[in-house]
Amino acid sequence: MTLLAVERLKLFTTRSPWWSMLAALVVTIGFAALMAGTSDDTAPMDLAATQFGYNFGVVVVMVMAALAVTTEYRFSTIRATFLAVPNRTAALLAKTAVVATLGALIGAVAAFGSWGIATLITPEADLALDSPYAWRAVAGVALVYFFSAVIAVAVGTFIRHSAGAISALLIYSQLVESLVQLIPNVGDDIYKWLPFNVANNFVTGDPDPSARPVEFGPPPSTAELSPWWSLAYFAGFALVLLILSIVSANKRDA
Amino acid sequence: MIEARGLSKRYGKTLAVDNLSFSVTPGRVTGFLGPNGAGKSTTMRMILGLDTPTGGSALIGGKPYADLKHPLRTVGALLDAKWVHPNRSARGHLRWLARSNQLPAKRVDEVLDLVGLSGVANKRAGGFSLGMSQRLGIAGALLGDPQVLLFDEPVNGLDPEGILWIRKFMHRLADEGRTVFVSSHLLSEMALTAQDLIVIGRGRLIAHSSTEEFVAAATENTVRVRSPQLAVLRGALGRTGVSLRDEGDSLVVSGMESADIGELAAANGVVLHELSPQRGSLEEAFMQLTGDSVEYHTDLDAPAAADLIAAGK
Repeated sequence: MTLLAVERLKLFTTRSPWWSMLAALVVTIGFAALMAGTSDDTAPMDLAATQFGYNFGVVVVMVMAALAVTTEYRFSTIRATFLAVPNRTAALLAKTAVVATLGALIGAVAAFGSWGIATLITPEADLALDSPYAWRAVAGVALVYFFSAVIAVAVGTFIRHSAGAISALLIYSQLVESLVQLIPNVGDDIYKWLPFNVANNFVTGDPDPSARPVEFGPPPSTAELSPWWSLAYFAGFALVLLILSIVSANKRDA
Repeated sequence: MIEARGLSKRYGKTLAVDNLSFSVTPGRVTGFLGPNGAGKSTTMRMILGLDTPTGGSALIGGKPYADLKHPLRTVGALLDAKWVHPNRSARGHLRWLARSNQLPAKRVDEVLDLVGLSGVANKRAGGFSLGMSQRLGIAGALLGDPQVLLFDEPVNGLDPEGILWIRKFMHRLADEGRTVFVSSHLLSEMALTAQDLIVIGRGRLIAHSSTEEFVAAATENTVRVRSPQLAVLRGALGRTGVSLRDEGDSLVVSGMESADIGELAAANGVVLHELSPQRGSLEEAFMQLTGDSVEYHTDLDAPAAADLIAAGK
């Protein structure tokens, strides 16, 4: 508990979490408002469309989470931390827990905020949270943000440099995964198992809302796991990265 | 009490710290002296568990750093004053440190007061001058009221007032019975601050003694003599077996007190124009001792540089 309190103090005595929160909310809720405002009979508003900006929120949360670690390396406060708490595993787990929880909180506010603003703008649309799918599509965003933040903390711990860690995260999640599909023959099969695509499946899958054109909602996932197994897969990926990064932090000189 | 036993650290091909063994005792300020790149910081980081030694071990009060419960209550360290997030306030920085070792929040205000930073406690640390940053770093080291203190080059870049403040502070801490271990590359500074010295060069132990002994052993005392009858004097001195060196129109005698030289001159009827004892400088002594162990040589080799300095005096 002490360590969680320490990491919370550290996180909130800097500005970046506040800016990230603001940016994530503006982007996600802003897109929901845009989608609702421009919806018409040919493209009616639905639940998937309220979460159109969710992927951009993931980006902001990952940047925030990576910075939470890399700025500690940049200003050497990670060394001060390891002097105060020589158990590096405990210190890094506490940091991960605090940062990921903040990520989940941002996700929850962003998702329900998006849903709320869409409900206000287009009251006639069917946006009821009345099915497992509907709840996953909105509340599930928080869980995806949580594990995205874990991944970003792990990558930040491993790479240590802000620019390097953020580039790696963004290039992988935003470019590499989709580009894999271009590999002839096997590309699509590999893509089905790539973590961010699988995470999408948790939020958008079953029933697949892709009856709508992709530009009106988060791109449908091609993963074939069931939604909750998709989340477990994504969580497992995050956990493996976290373990590897903590092992490396224990081995390397601080 | 700090103890290093056969401490070694290898980076690739270079051996930064080479089988270093020493102990630092409580109640005294112990200087850790060596040229830049001698391995002082690396040694301190190994003592503090930040770097893993390639060989040997370092113990604080008989335990490795990682085994200390609430380490800030046992050991206070200032390795670099800039280890602070620039957007965090001085108080914010100390608050999380205090919390991590379950120290009461009021201790933060106590140490801020102790180092004279109460007035700027809520200002962002990024705007602090070097002197203020050093004070904040010292405040952090003192948070847990530790018995063992390590400071890495604490006076580097400080103005004379700041240097004096830190020097007095170290003495106070040692007088309270604490173990104070402070590194520097300046012998002149250490001669004023430290009671004991551990001298290293290229990662190896060169000397481990009291500062007085070290300075006395290291500085060579000579006497400069000028006389119109230098040849006669040289002959008389030569028969006593002391070592002589010609320097223009004067002789530099080592191994004989000025009084004895004067009497010898009088006995031989030699007129003296100058008879002046020369004290070797600390820098000279330091360079003679560590000359072979400076990692990055300039074009001048160390003895030649020492001569140049001597000639300039």
